[in-house]
Amino acid sequence: MIVRISGENQYRLSDADAEQLNQLEKAVVEVVEGGQKDGFDTAFRTLLEYVRTHGTPLGSDELEASNVILPPPDLSFEEAGREFSGEGLIPE
Amino acid sequence: MAGLTGRMSTVVKAKVSKLLDRAEDPAETLDYSYQKQVEQLQNVKKGIADVVTAKKRLQMQESSLQQNVVKLDTQARQALSAGKEDLARMALERKNVAQTELQSLDGQVTELEQQQERLTESEQKLRAKIEAFRTKKEVIKAQYSAAEAQVRISEAATGVGEQMADVGLAMQRAVDKTENMKARADAVSELEAAGTFDDITALGSGEDDIDRQLKQLSSQPAVDDELAKMRKEIGIGDAPASASAGQLPAQSQPQGGGGSEGPPAHGEQAPAEGGQT
Repeated sequence: MIVRISGENQYRLSDADAEQLNQLEKAVVEVVEGGQKDGFDTAFRTLLEYVRTHGTPLGSDELEASNVILPPPDLSFEEAGREFSGEGLIPE
Repeated sequence: MAGLTGRMSTVVKAKVSKLLDRAEDPAETLDYSYQKQVEQLQNVKKGIADVVTAKKRLQMQESSLQQNVVKLDTQARQALSAGKEDLARMALERKNVAQTELQSLDGQVTELEQQQERLTESEQKLRAKIEAFRTKKEVIKAQYSAAEAQVRISEAATGVGEQMADVGLAMQRAVDKTENMKARADAVSELEAAGTFDDITALGSGEDDIDRQLKQLSSQPAVDDELAKMRKEIGIGDAPASASAGQLPAQSQPQGGGGSEGPPAHGEQAPAEGGQT
């Protein structure tokens, strides 16, 4: 599977990584929904770090669509909250 | 995966397929989307130029504030030498505000610099993808039947489209940030226009509304400290100096230190410690 970290790169991960990725994302969703600002940074960073360490970056000439697109690393807690309120991160 | 991520990829795919639907013939589709990509690359360049402009504006403001800090410092010294402590205090309060503003501007300039770097990097990545697409489109045109080509085009275009959306997102965030900074920069300009950092001596000693606000803004202890330091530097004793109230360490008194050669005694030497808070 291919995962993009917005503003950074696309990574190729094995399908076996999907489950772990799912767990990590759930953790992020939980802290955001629970309004835990402190927990957010750690949870979000853990998720991104997992992708970086378990994936291989795609070459600049590879034209692949991502299965998953993660928000940019400098996403603020407020922005994360907005994402859930339905105002997508990618401008229309 | 829903949550944070599902939505974004859906938006990208929808955009790309909308783009692809416009043309019927695969070859035409390819050329059309390539042309679109090149167009959008131009927009990215414009966006970067905007960030640079915003940065330059903040830098100009920085240097003008820096001049004001120097000016106000000089004025405070002059006022103090002339025995006008109120005026000196006022100048220092304003200097304090200018310095605080300067610090925040500094942070903003750094932030914009990082943003500019990131955008430039994104632009290069996008350029590489578009180049790859250009190569690929010729291959697709030459090798595949119409039906098959459509599938491959869609894949390739989605890859580029995603990169495009990614740059678009980075750009949008940069624009949002510079908008905030612009608003703040405008506020500082207004302060400047209102004469906040202007020649303090021209104002006379009357306290106006700006001064009262500034007093609240600037932290009083910092101003007090600086005033004391300045007094020492200029050579005006700190406390009502020569009072010789035995407070001075009677050790080896450096000759002349007792204030015998004080400044040309301006009327009253303002002992008022808490006179006008």
